[in-house]
Amino acid sequence: MSHEKRDPLARLKERHVPPGMRSRAMQAMAARAAMGRFVLQGCVDCGAVTYPPRDVCPRCWGELRWADHGRGAQVLSVTTIRVSTDLYFRGQLPWRMGTVALDAGPVALAHLHAGLTAGDQAEMRLMLDRGGNAALFALPAGKEPDMSDRQWREFVVPVKGRTILVSDARGAIGRALVQALLAAGAGHIVAGLAPPARIADLSDSLLGMERVQSVPLDLTDPVMVAECMSKIPGPLDIVINTARLVRGGGVSADGNLVEQRRMLDVAVLGLMRLVQASAPLLQGRPSAAFVDILSAQALAGDAAFAGYAAGEAARHALLQSFRHEMRATGVRVLSVFTGPSDDEDHQSVPPPKVAPARLAREIITALETGREVSCVGDVAVDAMDRWLADPALYTRERNL
Amino acid sequence: MTRARTPYDGVALCAPVTVAYQRYSDQSAHWWAGRAMRGLAESTGFGPVDIDGFCFASFSAMPDTAVGLVQHLGLSPRWLDHIPTGGASGVMALRRAARAVQCGDADVVACVAADTNHLDSFRHTLATFSRFSQDAVYPYGFGGPNATFALITDAYMRAYGVTREDFGKLCVAQRRNARSNPSALQRGELTLDDYLRARPISDPVHLFDCVMPCAGAEAFIVTTPEIAARHGLGVARILATIERHNAYPDDPVQLRGGWAMDGESLWAMAGVAPADVDTLQAYDDYPVIVAMQLEDLGFCAKGRAAEFIRATRFEIDGDLPLNTNGGQLSLGQAGAAGGFQNVTEGLRQVLRQPLGAQVPDADIAAISGFGLVNYDRGVCTAAAIIEACR
Repeated sequence: MSHEKRDPLARLKERHVPPGMRSRAMQAMAARAAMGRFVLQGCVDCGAVTYPPRDVCPRCWGELRWADHGRGAQVLSVTTIRVSTDLYFRGQLPWRMGTVALDAGPVALAHLHAGLTAGDQAEMRLMLDRGGNAALFALPAGKEPDMSDRQWREFVVPVKGRTILVSDARGAIGRALVQALLAAGAGHIVAGLAPPARIADLSDSLLGMERVQSVPLDLTDPVMVAECMSKIPGPLDIVINTARLVRGGGVSADGNLVEQRRMLDVAVLGLMRLVQASAPLLQGRPSAAFVDILSAQALAGDAAFAGYAAGEAARHALLQSFRHEMRATGVRVLSVFTGPSDDEDHQSVPPPKVAPARLAREIITALETGREVSCVGDVAVDAMDRWLADPALYTRERNL
Repeated sequence: MTRARTPYDGVALCAPVTVAYQRYSDQSAHWWAGRAMRGLAESTGFGPVDIDGFCFASFSAMPDTAVGLVQHLGLSPRWLDHIPTGGASGVMALRRAARAVQCGDADVVACVAADTNHLDSFRHTLATFSRFSQDAVYPYGFGGPNATFALITDAYMRAYGVTREDFGKLCVAQRRNARSNPSALQRGELTLDDYLRARPISDPVHLFDCVMPCAGAEAFIVTTPEIAARHGLGVARILATIERHNAYPDDPVQLRGGWAMDGESLWAMAGVAPADVDTLQAYDDYPVIVAMQLEDLGFCAKGRAAEFIRATRFEIDGDLPLNTNGGQLSLGQAGAAGGFQNVTEGLRQVLRQPLGAQVPDADIAAISGFGLVNYDRGVCTAAAIIEACR
């Protein structure tokens, strides 16, 4: 890969995001959209389904609750917007949108996939737009979205042809991810390898692939993090943080403080170093993302892995703030929750465990469907369900 | 079951005032309201002490409402109303003021709509228009009302076989009407060919389907016939009015408005029929809404707008003189004043005090309003039939 030749005085293209003001009810819809759900409000008393989000049922003034609904819809009318006063959409014109009748009942305005016209059957997706807000997107029924669709690409993070940094490519998860990204057509993969370098790295067939560039990277070393960024030829599109150090132990006993300190340095300050070095690069890109892999232990602590869970919880909190900071830039911050992975870190943990290759596939799916929060594997799905249903109870039962 | 409606006896409508519009203004809505009050004073002789009722409509007087305007304008009214319904506000002001006067709660009600238009006003007004718009409309391309009405126009054209040529005929006729009105902002000749070749804004809406935002003010007085006579004012009586909000909420796309729900009661109360109307002042934010009003108010059957448009001349000397001042499509849309200009123009025509050309022998005017796209359609509709007292 050749180094890019750029005019240092060239005016950069400014990145804007769609209008951002939303009601609290709409924020609740976005919180569910972030998890890939298709939800609408239904009345607890009369069952009427309503949209746009309201604070009371328009049929009987009863209480509304969010619930998952069928994604079917029919396109009723279509327009191509050619004039807008909004800076983001001015940069996207012409923009096709339409009115759709949802099978669930209400009528909604939606972004349209290319080719959809009035009368067509559609399948709805509840997406997050560039500003992180919920938006309905209509896809042709029964068809996969076309990743080259100009409007769809505003809602997802394509992997094909892009430059992607994997912060730790030596661990089982990182290796599986490099393989999966290559298979998905990634253009250039920057593979972080924590020193010391190993003789085996030189003959590693994966690291030796044409589209893979090995770079020394230890997230506890700020100089190395900065140097890693400087070694990337051309613009950086996606960062996937796979670096982690997993050690067991409690709070009052069994916690080796040397190990614990190193673990928190990688997990918490390491994330901040990686973010601070890479965010300025990502912000200039048309469809950039930062992905972090979190243990489901981040949600409620874990008595057997107290320090590790604390580090994961800290990262979970940092990601929320990072997401807020990126909202005005259009950079997506994705959290991928997982249970124990099937690797040397979790030798003492009974199954079910998540195969690294599975985790890698799901990370690519999260990117290519624009899903802000994913849960991979039965353990993480179960943890998220319980936590969403009753966080106080879940926290107790995880630490009994 | 339906109770008989009380006629508007003892109510006089008079003193139509239009403050000449400007594309952009560095003045405030308060200033424009003040110019309208001055216009009322000049045509009636009423001063601040004479006006004991005040009704106000505006989108750009923030942070003030009618309350702030009362103090700003030095009024001490015993009856006050603020009408936030934009394009339906003129007829609504008229019918509220009429009942206040009829019942003795006020003697002289000044109904005023005023809006300014600064360089970036339109974008700001849009951005904070309604909660449903912020949540469920603007995120979808931010096409503003053009996109919303494009979706309605698209569905309407397919449902009823109305063509761009039909809409064009309405726009061209209105432009011809505007040419005699010195205060219309757009008075240049518009041919059907110009209309059809105009650049697309949000398909199928093209440039000449859209109104031009501007600054302006409109006002009129509602009082008793006796007071009007003492001041030597020409007056009209109100034969009937209707209003309706959020009609047919289950229609998937708006193909009809509240007029369809209340049109029969309008004509029954008025004691006249659409054929008796000498001029129609219909709300024309987009020509599709004009076509809808022709149907829903009974000038033709539902779904027959295309035939009716093709068979009718809408010029001032035509079969159904429509939007005789040029309508907002030629005048410009001065915010809430756009919902008052239909009232002032209808009143002027029956009082034979036109700004431009006079509709021959005009006695009865139908006035129709349509306002506020809260989500995917206009929510508020209203209409009135007025007749000159001679």
